[in-house]
Amino acid sequence: MNAPAVDLPRRRAIKLGGLALAFVWLGAGGRARAFINARPQSGDAAAASADGNPAFAPNAFIRIDAEGPVRLVMPNVEMGQGIYTGACAMLAEELGVGMDQIIVEHAPPNQALYGIPLLGEQATGGSTSTRDQWAVLREAGAVARTMLVTAAANRWRVDPASCTVERGVVGHAASGRKLAFGALAKAAGVLPIPAKVALKDPAAFTLIGKPLRRIDSADKVVGATQFGIDAKVPGMKIATVKACPTRGGKLVSVDDARARAVPGFVEVVKIGNAVAVVGDHFWAAKQGLDALSIQWDPGENAQLTTAVLTEALAERSRDGATIVGRQQGKKPDEGKSVEALYQLPLLAHAPMEPLNTTVHVTSDRCEIWVGTQVPARCVSVAAKITGLPESKVIVHNHYIGGGFGRRLETDSIEQAVLFAKQVKYPLKVIWTREEDIRHDLMRPMYYDRISALLAKDGRPLWYSDHITSGTVLARWLPDGMSKEGLDDDVIECAAETPYAIPNCHVDWVRHDMPRGLHIGWWRGVGPTHNLFVIESFMDELAHAAGKDPVAYRRSLLAKDSRALAVLNLAAEKIGWGQSSLPPRVGRGVALGSPFGSHICLIVETQVTPQGEVQLRRAVVAVDCGIVINPSSAEAQMQGGVLFGLSTALYSAITLKNGAVEQSNFHDYRNLRMNEVPTMEVYRVASKEAPGGLGELGTAIAAPALGNAIFAATGVRLRSLPIDRSQLVENADSLRTVVTDSGHGGHQGPAKV
Amino acid sequence: MYVLSINGEKHSVDVPADMPLLWVLRDVIGLMGTKFGCGIAQCGACTVHLDGQAVRSCVLPIRTVGARSVTTIEGVGATPSGKKVQTAWLDVDVVQCGYCQSGQIMSAAALLAQIENPTDDEINAAMSGNICRCATYVRIRAAIKQAASGKADVLQTIPAGAT
Repeated sequence: MNAPAVDLPRRRAIKLGGLALAFVWLGAGGRARAFINARPQSGDAAAASADGNPAFAPNAFIRIDAEGPVRLVMPNVEMGQGIYTGACAMLAEELGVGMDQIIVEHAPPNQALYGIPLLGEQATGGSTSTRDQWAVLREAGAVARTMLVTAAANRWRVDPASCTVERGVVGHAASGRKLAFGALAKAAGVLPIPAKVALKDPAAFTLIGKPLRRIDSADKVVGATQFGIDAKVPGMKIATVKACPTRGGKLVSVDDARARAVPGFVEVVKIGNAVAVVGDHFWAAKQGLDALSIQWDPGENAQLTTAVLTEALAERSRDGATIVGRQQGKKPDEGKSVEALYQLPLLAHAPMEPLNTTVHVTSDRCEIWVGTQVPARCVSVAAKITGLPESKVIVHNHYIGGGFGRRLETDSIEQAVLFAKQVKYPLKVIWTREEDIRHDLMRPMYYDRISALLAKDGRPLWYSDHITSGTVLARWLPDGMSKEGLDDDVIECAAETPYAIPNCHVDWVRHDMPRGLHIGWWRGVGPTHNLFVIESFMDELAHAAGKDPVAYRRSLLAKDSRALAVLNLAAEKIGWGQSSLPPRVGRGVALGSPFGSHICLIVETQVTPQGEVQLRRAVVAVDCGIVINPSSAEAQMQGGVLFGLSTALYSAITLKNGAVEQSNFHDYRNLRMNEVPTMEVYRVASKEAPGGLGELGTAIAAPALGNAIFAATGVRLRSLPIDRSQLVENADSLRTVVTDSGHGGHQGPAKV
Repeated sequence: MYVLSINGEKHSVDVPADMPLLWVLRDVIGLMGTKFGCGIAQCGACTVHLDGQAVRSCVLPIRTVGARSVTTIEGVGATPSGKKVQTAWLDVDVVQCGYCQSGQIMSAAALLAQIENPTDDEINAAMSGNICRCATYVRIRAAIKQAASGKADVLQTIPAGAT
C-alpha cells in the first residue's frame, strides 16, 4: 500500500501539487525504493537495535521499552510547521497513548525506513509530510496496538476483542485485569506482525481534530530546544566563513597577519572558494575573519548584474525553444485579447537560524551535528568528501530554526566537512547573516508572458502562459525531469487551474542561470510563482470583462465545488461587496488549489498618497481535507500568508558584479509587528484525505495583495516586490511628511 | 576579567572587552537559549534583560554590562511578567520553529513589567524590533494581551494529557 504512485497518469500526478508531483512522476522510471511503512522492513531491526534496542519495535516509528515513556521516531523534520505534533497525534491516536506519555526522537538518516513517497527520499518539503503520513502512521499505531492487545489477551486467555486500550494500558473489563504497555512489550515483540488491522472510526478520535498544544512548545518557550547551532561537542572550536562574494569565483590568497593578533584566534582554514577563521568562540572567529586581507578571483560572473539576467530571460522568452506543459484544444479565431508580462525576482530564504554545521572528522569516522531537511543526503555528501564509507558517517539531526527550503540543500554541510577534515578537533561552522543572504541558493527568477481570449460575455475561451525560467529540479534531482525535459514544478498551478476554461496552452522555456548562481526550492515552490501570475491575471480578465473579481471567478467554478466553497466562505466573511470602502482602500481576492488543498485569501489594503502599502485585514478560507490539529492549521495559515505578504512587499535579491547586493535584515526586509493586519482564518469542513498546509498561505499571498492594490489605486503591479514608486498619488504627496507609515490595521476591521 | 550576574548567579569570564554579551552567554558560559540571528541588532533574537530592560546582546560589548543584572530566557520564568508571558505563549501556542521566540518572550516580558496592560501601539513599539520569519505575529499579539488581561479571546490549545 505504500508503493509510490507509479501508475498514476500524468494528469493525476500534477494535481498532487507542488514539489511533490515531479517525484511521483519519476516513479514511472521504475526505480524501486522502500518508503515509510507501518510494518517492519529490512533494516528495521538494525535501526531499532541502534536506538536503544527496545523490547517492542514493530516498525520504524514506535519504540516501547519495559519502563519509561513510549518513544516515537519522527519520519519528517520539525522546522516550525508542527509536523512532530501532527505525527505524534496520528501515532498516539491509534496506539492508544496520551500525548503526555511519549517522547519524540529525530529520525536517523535511513532512506528506506524514513523515505517519503511523494518526494522519493528521506526529505521534508513540498507540504507532503501529513499527506504521506496520514495512512502510514495511523496504521503503524494500530499495528502496535493490535500486537500489545494480543499479548495481553494471550496472557489472560481471553478474546482480544474483549480487551480495551486506554492511555498505554490494556484492560479486560470483565475480569478487571490491566497491563501497561511496558509490561507487555517483550511478549508483543515476539508476536507475528498482523497483516490487517482495524483503524479507528474518525468519530472516535480523541486526539486527531483537536487543537493540541505542540509537543515542542514547552522547551521552546524556555530556550531549552536544541537547534543545530546549539550543539556542544567536547573540544569543539568555532569557525565563521567568507566565500567569494562573486558567485562562482575562487579564493586566490589570504594574508592573516592581523587576524593572528585577535584574542582567541586559532587558525585559518581554506578551501577552493572560501576561507574560514577558527576561534575559541564565535567572536574571535568573526574578528579574525574581518581582519583578513583576501584576494579573490571573481571568475566569469565578474560583470553579472540583475539587469543582465533579466535581459537574458527576456531574450530567451522571445526566441527560446519551448517545452509544452499542457495543450488543450485550439486557440479560437476570435475573442477579446488580453495580454500581460509578469516577472518575479530572485529571493533568499533567510531562516532565523543562520546556517551552521558541526563536524568532527577522524581517520575512521565523520560525525555531523546539524538541522537538515535531508539527513540521508548529508551522509552521502560527507562520505564522498571524506572518502569514508556511508556507514562511518553519523548524522545527528536537530530541531530546525526555519527551513523554507534552504535546508533541503547540503552546500553549507559540504563546506563544513571540507573545512573540518583539515583540523583535528570538532569544528562548528556558523555562517554570519551576511553570508547566509549572499550565498543562498535562491528562489528562481521568472519571466512569464500570459494572454487570454474572452468571449463577448467576458468568459475566457482560451489562455496561454509562456513561462521562462531556470529549473531547480534539474540540479536537485535530475531524474525527476520528464523525458521531454520538463520540470513539472515550473508549471504547477499554471497548467491546471480550478477554472472551467475550455482551451489552453502552457509552455516553458528553460533558461539556466550562469554557473555558480544556484537556484533552490523556496516555500511554496512552483505555486508561489504561478499563482501570482494566474491569479493576478484572472483579476485582469475580470476587469477586462467588466465583472466583479469574486463573481467572475465564481462563474467559472461550477465544476470545482471545493474551490468554490473556499471562495464563497472568504467572500462572505469579509463582507465582499457589502459596503463601500474609503478612498485608496481596496480588497483583492486570490484563489488556488496547490498541495492537495484549496485556499482563498482576501486582503484589504490601504495605499498612502506617498505609495506606502498598509495591510489592514486578511481573511483566509481553507479546505485542507481532514485536519489533524486545527491549532496548527490556523497557525500555518497565519504565518504562511504573512510570509508571502512580507515577501511581496519587500523581498528581492539583486546582483552587482556577480555578487548579491543585500546582506542582512536591514536591506532584506521582513514584515514586523507594527505592519501586521488583523487576520481571520476559516475552514471548510471536509472528510477528504489531508492536504498540505505549510506552503499554502505563502503561495496565495502575493496575488491577493496585488489585486487589493489594484482595487485601491487602479495600478496593476505585474512584478514583485511591490514597486511603491508606481503607487504615489501625485508628486505633491511626496512632500508630505509621513508620520505613521507602518501603522497596521490591527485594531480591527476598518469602519466604513 | 569580568564578573557578571546572570539569572541571579555570578559568572567570572576572561574575554576581550569588546566581545558582545551574546557570545559570552553562548560560547563561554554555555547558556544557549539566547540566539544569534543577525549580529547587527536588526532581528531581536538575542534579546536579554539588563536590569529589566530589553537589550540586543549581539551588539552589547561585555565591558558595558558592569554590575547590572542580566536575565536570559533561561531565567525569565522566575519573574512575574516572564512567567505570565511563557504561560500565555503555551496557551495559544505561539511558537513555530521557535528560534526567535527567546527574543520575542524577552521583549514581551520587559514590556509587561513596565506596562501592565499595553495598547496595540505600545505592543508595536516594544515588539517591532523582533523579527519572526515564521511570522507568528498574530499569536504573539494575542498572547501578550492574554498575559496582560488573563482573558482568553483566541483559540486555546489543549495541553498534553488533557484530552
